Amino acid sequence: MNKLSQERAPIYEALQNFRRKRIVPFDVPGHKRGRGNPELVELLGEKCVGIDVNSMKCLDNLCHPVSVIRDAEILAAEAFGADYAFLMVGGTTSAVQSMVLSSVKKGEKIILPRNVHRSVIGALVLCGAIPVYVNPECDKRLGIPLGMKVSEVERAIKENPDAKAVLVNNPTYYGICSNLKAIVDIAHKNNMLCIADEAHGTHLYFGENLPVSAMAAGADMAAVSMHKSGGSLTQSSLLLAKNTVSEGYIRQIINLTQTTSGSYLLLSSLDISRRNLALRGKENFKKVMEIAEYARKEINKIGGFYAYSDELINGDSIYDFDRTKLSVFTLDTGLAGIEVYDLLRDEYDIQIEFGDLGNILAYISIGDREREIERLVSAMSEIRRVHSKEKMDFIVPEYISPVVAMSPNTAFYAEKESLPIDETKGRVCSEFVMCYPPGIPILAPGERITEEILEYIKCAKDMGCSMTGTEDPYIEKLNVLKGEF
Amino acid sequence: MDFWFSEAHTPNVKISIRVDKQLFSTQSDFQRIDVFESPEFGRFLTLDGYMMLTEKDEFIYHEMITHVPMAVHPNVKNVLVIGAGDGGVIRELARYKDIERIDMVEIDEEVVEVCKKYLPKTACAFDDKRLNIYYEDGLRFIRFCKNEYDLIIVDSTDPFGPGEGLFTKEFYGNCYKALKDDGIMVNQHESPFYTEDAMAMQRAHKRIVESFPISRVYQAHIPTYPSGHWLFGFASKKYHPLKDLNEKKWNKNKFPCKYYTTTLHKGAFYIPAYVEELLKDVE
Repeated sequence: MNKLSQERAPIYEALQNFRRKRIVPFDVPGHKRGRGNPELVELLGEKCVGIDVNSMKCLDNLCHPVSVIRDAEILAAEAFGADYAFLMVGGTTSAVQSMVLSSVKKGEKIILPRNVHRSVIGALVLCGAIPVYVNPECDKRLGIPLGMKVSEVERAIKENPDAKAVLVNNPTYYGICSNLKAIVDIAHKNNMLCIADEAHGTHLYFGENLPVSAMAAGADMAAVSMHKSGGSLTQSSLLLAKNTVSEGYIRQIINLTQTTSGSYLLLSSLDISRRNLALRGKENFKKVMEIAEYARKEINKIGGFYAYSDELINGDSIYDFDRTKLSVFTLDTGLAGIEVYDLLRDEYDIQIEFGDLGNILAYISIGDREREIERLVSAMSEIRRVHSKEKMDFIVPEYISPVVAMSPNTAFYAEKESLPIDETKGRVCSEFVMCYPPGIPILAPGERITEEILEYIKCAKDMGCSMTGTEDPYIEKLNVLKGEF
Repeated sequence: MDFWFSEAHTPNVKISIRVDKQLFSTQSDFQRIDVFESPEFGRFLTLDGYMMLTEKDEFIYHEMITHVPMAVHPNVKNVLVIGAGDGGVIRELARYKDIERIDMVEIDEEVVEVCKKYLPKTACAFDDKRLNIYYEDGLRFIRFCKNEYDLIIVDSTDPFGPGEGLFTKEFYGNCYKALKDDGIMVNQHESPFYTEDAMAMQRAHKRIVESFPISRVYQAHIPTYPSGHWLFGFASKKYHPLKDLNEKKWNKNKFPCKYYTTTLHKGAFYIPAYVEELLKDVE
């Protein structure tokens, strides 16, 4: 009965027992099962506020788990094929940051694709590590960043043999995977850790006919967004690790920034979702895949829209494609992805995940039913009928290798000034300049502004790319470090 | 024994009907289907616990949703019916000899089977030679239709549950596309009375107004539906529901209607002030 198995959900069970005990609360939270805040109970319901409780003996403690949270972590590790799993309540951002902070220290190098999530750069600002960027290939037609070529990673490793870790997106937002296994092997051969941002990869651990997961590929750590494809509550996440890294050290790093009052709503949602994935994940994701494939087929029948899939696979920068993703290229209808995104929401009451210049992404998950897919497809069919325009041509600007002058940490804390963009040549940038498409930073904090980059920004602006990240929304001024470096 | 069927019309209002016995109950792939026998209303069908029709008052709904557009459009040959698993609309349409084709799209085959067995008074025309039944999502079916129908009748359930997609802009837009240049769409338009129903009614009206040049609403009195005051939508590319009404021609049919008359047709478009106000708010 008390044996740990995937049918169990230790935190959930402890909360059930806790409720039956009718313990009188003279501890936080102060709403005391909602009695002190009736409006909150009205909003969330009694069940929900009743388990919004503090760490205590029978419920364990997230900072130093020894009982039910520990058991839940052991079960999660087993379910994901990891040696250790850490329940995270600060979003996948905190999982990614703990993973990076556990891998590199001040002044050490980390190899990563240029299209990393901002949380990674945030971690570098915190710890003072030096980024070595690898050019993610870009699909010329779709205008989206792809995976890292193995040869590019090899080159970066050769040029930076002192690097400590290689980070891989598995998969990207659009569902594109690098050859993770090969990258893990090269990294390990060169005594580097391989860590994976799997914010969009929870389902890879449970579904069939999907790209390889980080743990299965032999990676050392992975940040897994349980609240995306895994079905848990927003802000709950998992950090997975192999025994090639120290469990105790990772826990110390996590405890530097994670709350000491971990929410039991989030923790129990991780526990229950892990159980569901372990027991029913295979069939659930089979259904998700079928729905995504159906939607793709129907959208491609409309004409003008291109819902792409594994036909993109090229053996290297698109080593694999996650077919549960529904990404659609829209430019042939004369509509930008962001226009379709807005029309779907404003005219058809359909909220999709995002739209960029050339693409939209509709998130398909275990919560979807056929009838909502019919609405999405029908709305897109109507958008084409009513709104389509002359086809737009678009050229995705070529990638420029960044010149990293100093760590993002040094740049972040240095004194800065705002200059007209034409006067910034040779200076060190202190902010991001993002360009969509392809959604890759042109500049990040600590990088040298070159003639070539200024040319690129001008060119991208002329072509109608959307530029973001800077304090000045028109990118006529840039924040740079005071003085020469 | 005290055996009652109750349906909440709002969280604070319910209607109850005394039941003799439950004739059938099942959970289909889409919804729960029940048939009861009652002393007051005869047999009645509920889906997910919501009243769909009773033998006593179904004629009102089915006559009003069918004959109003048929008395306006001068030449209906091809009709598309969405929903209508109980067969009532098909029964009314089958009276018109000039109709050449009736396509019916019902998402739940079990509803049709249950009605054939337990509600033969409505499900009596399913063997009409002109009828083709497609068991699929109406929203999907209509995506592939263009310039094909003279009349579309949307006989949907409520805008929550499986029928939700039939109250959307994408559905009405696709209906517009599926109709010929002088086509008419008539739909079940909910009730204006209780707040939640009224909001659903307004949403539907807003979406139809955005899709069709002519969009009017007419009413009927249906005792077993929430508040008893029910609306239908008349959306059209060309014909006006009153100016293009051809009373003489329709009356030649001599159909044995119990609710619809061409005089009532005209009256049905004169709606209460508060309903006019609700509609104007979203036009």
